[in-house]
Amino acid sequence: MNLDSKIPEGPLAEKWTNYKAHQKLVNPANKRKINIIVVGTGLAGASAAASLGALGFKVDIFCIQDSPRRAHSIAAQGGINAAKNYQNDGDSIYRLFYDTIKGGDYRAREANVYRLAEVSNNIIDQCVAQGVPFARDYGGTLDNRSFGGAQVSRTFYARGQTGQQLLLGAYGALSREIARGTVTLHERHEMMDLVVVDGRARGIITRNLVNGEIERFAAHAVVLATGGYGNIYYLSTNAMNSNGSAAWQCHKKGALFANPCYVQIHPTCIPVHGDYQSKLTLMSESLRNDGRIWVPKKKEDAEAIRAKKLKPTDIAEEDRDYYLERRYPAFGNLVPRDVASRAAKERCDAGYGVGTGLAVYLDFADAIQRLGRDVVEQRYGNLFQMYQKITDDNPYETPMMIYPAIHYTMGGIWVDYELQTTIPGLFAAGEANFSDHGANRLGASALMQGLADGYFVLPYTMQNYLSDQIYVGKISADTPEFDKAEQDVRERINKLFEVGQKAAAGTTKTVDHFQKALGHIMWEYVGMARNTESLTTAKKLVCELEEEFWKEVSIPGKNEEMNPELEKGLRTADNFELARLMIQDALHREESCGGHFRTEHQTEDGETQRDDEHFMYVGAWEYQGHDVDEVMSKEDLHYEYIQIAKRNYK
Amino acid sequence: MNFTLHIWRQENARAKGHFETYKVQNISTECSFLEMLDILNESLLNDHIAHPVCFDNDCREGICGMCGLYINGRPHGNDDGITTCQLHMRKFNDGDDIWIEPWRAKPFPVIRDLVVDRTAFDKIIQAGGYISTTTGGVPDANSILIPKHKADMAMDAAACIGCGACVAACKNASAMLFVSAKVSHLALLPQGQVEAADRVRKMVCKMDELGFGSCTNTYACEAECPKQIKRQNIARLNRQWIGSGFGRDRKTE
Repeated sequence: MNLDSKIPEGPLAEKWTNYKAHQKLVNPANKRKINIIVVGTGLAGASAAASLGALGFKVDIFCIQDSPRRAHSIAAQGGINAAKNYQNDGDSIYRLFYDTIKGGDYRAREANVYRLAEVSNNIIDQCVAQGVPFARDYGGTLDNRSFGGAQVSRTFYARGQTGQQLLLGAYGALSREIARGTVTLHERHEMMDLVVVDGRARGIITRNLVNGEIERFAAHAVVLATGGYGNIYYLSTNAMNSNGSAAWQCHKKGALFANPCYVQIHPTCIPVHGDYQSKLTLMSESLRNDGRIWVPKKKEDAEAIRAKKLKPTDIAEEDRDYYLERRYPAFGNLVPRDVASRAAKERCDAGYGVGTGLAVYLDFADAIQRLGRDVVEQRYGNLFQMYQKITDDNPYETPMMIYPAIHYTMGGIWVDYELQTTIPGLFAAGEANFSDHGANRLGASALMQGLADGYFVLPYTMQNYLSDQIYVGKISADTPEFDKAEQDVRERINKLFEVGQKAAAGTTKTVDHFQKALGHIMWEYVGMARNTESLTTAKKLVCELEEEFWKEVSIPGKNEEMNPELEKGLRTADNFELARLMIQDALHREESCGGHFRTEHQTEDGETQRDDEHFMYVGAWEYQGHDVDEVMSKEDLHYEYIQIAKRNYK
Repeated sequence: MNFTLHIWRQENARAKGHFETYKVQNISTECSFLEMLDILNESLLNDHIAHPVCFDNDCREGICGMCGLYINGRPHGNDDGITTCQLHMRKFNDGDDIWIEPWRAKPFPVIRDLVVDRTAFDKIIQAGGYISTTTGGVPDANSILIPKHKADMAMDAAACIGCGACVAACKNASAMLFVSAKVSHLALLPQGQVEAADRVRKMVCKMDELGFGSCTNTYACEAECPKQIKRQNIARLNRQWIGSGFGRDRKTE
């Protein structure tokens, strides 16, 4: 397929301005005749729906939770980037753009990232106007802190709950539109399928999670803002209900899926402690501003700590290995996430890990001494409390133990400059699309991207698409395409129930059994380090597990009731297909870049080795049917305004 | 550790509910409360004894506000400043009996088992719990200075996660702490001043209309709030309410 990224003409800094000056618009009287569906109420979905509603469009918005305020954006802790340069430390739109491209290991699209950096400043203004209580200095101005991969302080924050406050801001704006009647909310509704009519996205099929009712919704355009697919690994920092199924349905209907193998593994999460564990908790990257990461220098010390014969506080300063400061003196503890994660794994694999052996220390003793306990508490109090509640350890007295965990997926539905997918009328925003982070996302950039897409990009670009849709009239949900889509959904549900009903008594297994097993395979073989052998093994194991799933999985009850096992079962069924695509993509990408680390392609000192000559492109995959390898199309990446370099944080 | 669980089972909103007793064994002290329920559900599924217990949960790190169980008579269980998902089994003794119920309040009808319908909270916010700005056309973020202590107080109030524990804890099922947190958050900021009087009037009226009870100042809400929202916010709401002319609609004057 020929992928047209529709990047506007002109110099980089003028592209977005030019686009806005020449795009087509919909007049106010016509806007209320146009229906838009937004799926997902996180930062991207809520901000898009609120902005489109305020413009006058008729919006239907859907979420799987009981309230739009619970979308997983709420859990983002550390902050949001913007190129305000309030700190006078040399920041600029160009520098934020440059850091993001470099942080993404030169695998993101220049024009999109520049636009992101450009609108970042508007986001902060918008959020402050909504009443987001960002941290402030004594003079009343906004405060900033630093995040990984940057040498400036450009991160705005609201204690350790920035995502919560930004989402509540967007939720407020959304609530206002709901009250005005421009937006209709459908909570506890899961998108089950996309309806395509004459090649255009025209609606969705949903399942009401309270009573199982299958419903149809028609619209002139659909926005997918359903987040990422990190839960394919079972254990991740994602919420329990986060899933990639809605995106996968769009993929099956013709939306290309880009760079599925780019997965972000966050370096600072609370380590795994048991097989009953349901999720991993993130400890914000902001902690790396003041916390120092170390393991013992001597193996025997590490062994003694693991055997609980020594405590971390017993290890003398000169016997500690602050390995990030040692390896990356320029960025120290604030190297990007992929680099920090790999470095932790390297130390643990070499036998220097603490705790169960798969953990390193994040130590605040220095910061407490330097700043005082009060200041540390003010900055990170809620994170310290969270840590203590989970682990029963007091991080003011003993260092935190952390280990990398799956956190974010840079890959996603392929979109052009307008955030439109390869299905006309279907747009993808936030984590659900692939566009801005390349092979690795910098900290505090997910919030920025979600809100940029929703507040400042889609309200413009969608009008360019919708301008000729005023001639189409109202879209009917009573057409053969909707009939078929609904029928397919019912069949999918029945098929899943039938597996357990047909299986011999005593042979059935639960959905969690399979999702845990799948997650284990993905983490073991398609996780932080990959190679041909591990990926080939993974492919075989996933296929075998999928076969078992379709013979043994048991779903209790019926469709016509609240049935969480059915919800999980449907998502796991999609995860098998997605897992195979991730493996296929990881296998084909014979280089290391960002979060995708192929052990065959590394430098002598263990850093990623890109192959720009052969792989400087976006790999976008097209679904060919169950069990059939997908076909890839390439979107070549051109860097006109950035000097390509080896990513160096030393 | 071993526990005897007494769990509220109710097939749907119209069905009659009852307590059902289950045993769980070999639970690790590191296990969270919801993970313990996961283990119970796995065993119910594997042994085909009963439909797994439905309970709301999502982020499992205490911020989304989705989970909320009434455990041994306390919303979010026997620990301070946490949600149900942050409660760990080390807080219990081996052999304990644990009673698990849904939130009980008229405006939060049960959907199934331990899952309740909290859309009433969304309706209160829709009544006015926001600052009316449309996208774009706003001043530079630093053009309005906000004293640090005011911003901090606004943040304290804004930390509410909308879980509903305050309502569940209140003998009158009053939503005053929830409503006052939002009223305070916005009233403390200069951006929220413009609509402050209207906001408090609309939100309080909506709260009453939805069937939440009156506040009789017992502060059970404050004691059980997982985000430790302070009762001072209720006092601030009352001041705002008085300032708004006891909730009179200014447009009709």
